[in-house]
Amino acid sequence: MTGSVILDEVVPARAPWSRRLETGDTLRIVDLEGNQAVDFIVYDAVDPDLRYDASVTVAAQRNIFLTTGSVLRDGEGEPLLTVVDDVVGRHDTIGGACSCESNTVRYGHHTKHQHACVDNFLTALAPYGRGKRDMVSNVNWFMNVPVEADGSLGIVDGLSAPGKYVELRAERPVLVAVSNCPQINNPCNDFNPTPIRVVVSR
Amino acid sequence: MDTPTSDSGTGTVLGARDHARAQAASAAAAAMTTQPTIPASTATDLPPGVEASSVVWDETLALGGYASRVIRRGTHLQLTDVDGDTNVNLVLHHAARPIERLNVADTVKLQWNAYLGAGALLLSDMGRVLCSILPDSTGALDLLCGASTRRAVAERYGGSGNHSPTPSGRDRLLLGLAKHGLTRRDLPPSANLFRSVRVDADGGLALTPSGPPGAYLTLRAELDVLVTVAVTPHPLDERPAYTGGEVRLTGWSGAAAGPDHPARTASPEAQRAFENTDDVLLTLSSSGAASGAVAP
Repeated sequence: MTGSVILDEVVPARAPWSRRLETGDTLRIVDLEGNQAVDFIVYDAVDPDLRYDASVTVAAQRNIFLTTGSVLRDGEGEPLLTVVDDVVGRHDTIGGACSCESNTVRYGHHTKHQHACVDNFLTALAPYGRGKRDMVSNVNWFMNVPVEADGSLGIVDGLSAPGKYVELRAERPVLVAVSNCPQINNPCNDFNPTPIRVVVSR
Repeated sequence: MDTPTSDSGTGTVLGARDHARAQAASAAAAAMTTQPTIPASTATDLPPGVEASSVVWDETLALGGYASRVIRRGTHLQLTDVDGDTNVNLVLHHAARPIERLNVADTVKLQWNAYLGAGALLLSDMGRVLCSILPDSTGALDLLCGASTRRAVAERYGGSGNHSPTPSGRDRLLLGLAKHGLTRRDLPPSANLFRSVRVDADGGLALTPSGPPGAYLTLRAELDVLVTVAVTPHPLDERPAYTGGEVRLTGWSGAAAGPDHPARTASPEAQRAFENTDDVLLTLSSSGAASGAVAP
């Protein structure tokens, strides 16, 4: 990490978090207790039209996994964030966020009222005047979603461990939002949502 | 400098009017393969069993073309890769409440497969089925790479934007959305029809070959949906030229997947996605004209 720390917080289990970053700021996300999926989305700080685009990002790097050197791009192909350090090795771009509604399809109608990442994102973004229209496929740090030869895809046991982290550098002023994933129906959080640490340096 | 003059007889208003009126009956108009069939019920060369009187939309698009249109629940929309070498960007919005739209992440995650195609469901961000893909479909589908960007298209072909001969997929989709009052904020990652990709063990992406000519995908609307399509090269298509053939869209009225339909019973996830779809229909107005609905 370079620069001086201007923010060092723990995001509680199941909670949202958001922050504006200036160009050159770094954000380190630390998986404190291991196997905690961190749903993440990033927008241009000023223009809500310009937001992370999973398809643009994976097409540009011709790879579905994010790791050191990956550039998170907006819908016009322009860089928002660069992954500058990653001790896990790969992170998910294709699984999206859990929602109350998708949970009903995956696990049954009885899960409709469980807390979900989309609700965290909506909560985190509301103070910035952004809402459901601004919800798009997001990054899942520390989440392991392999695609097998026949296309089979699923969220499986994680690759992370206590203290593992990923670090991002802002390529322009951006708004970042986190959902510290509350999911308890699949192994993305080892069935036990836990806190994470976020550290911003400038 | 002299005022330029024309030998087309358009120097007067009446002359210009006659010139304009002559165009629809011209040989050039008759030879143009990429245009809508108006009225749609005069369409010919239809899929087996489809009556011309049931056709609600028939239009052929060239490379770079786009179209956007609301189709009613039950409508079947067949897209055909005429030349076997095209790519169609597709995005879907629930017409009655367009804040609900295609979610490619949920579509692959909820069906447990990245390589979907015939028989698959295209799901919204609200756990509902926007369209199902009929099981006899032969065309490919990619839900990972989305539409090309202005930046990438300019780098590859030298130009981009709607005014250029090589517009980006996103720019074409945005024009289609604009005609229904939607903007860039309403454009999520889109699907690609007729091209697909494969993911290797390290996450690397490779584009699969296109074709054959005549490959088709038939979408059945399970809600009233706004269909927006653009014909542009796949983002992973590395050919130096902006390449792609014509695409025909033919829509006809029909029925959505009813109770006990195989599309519903294919998996527990499909069953519940259709149950969620049935459920929202209970409280939508019969015309689907909820507040905020996009106009057909």
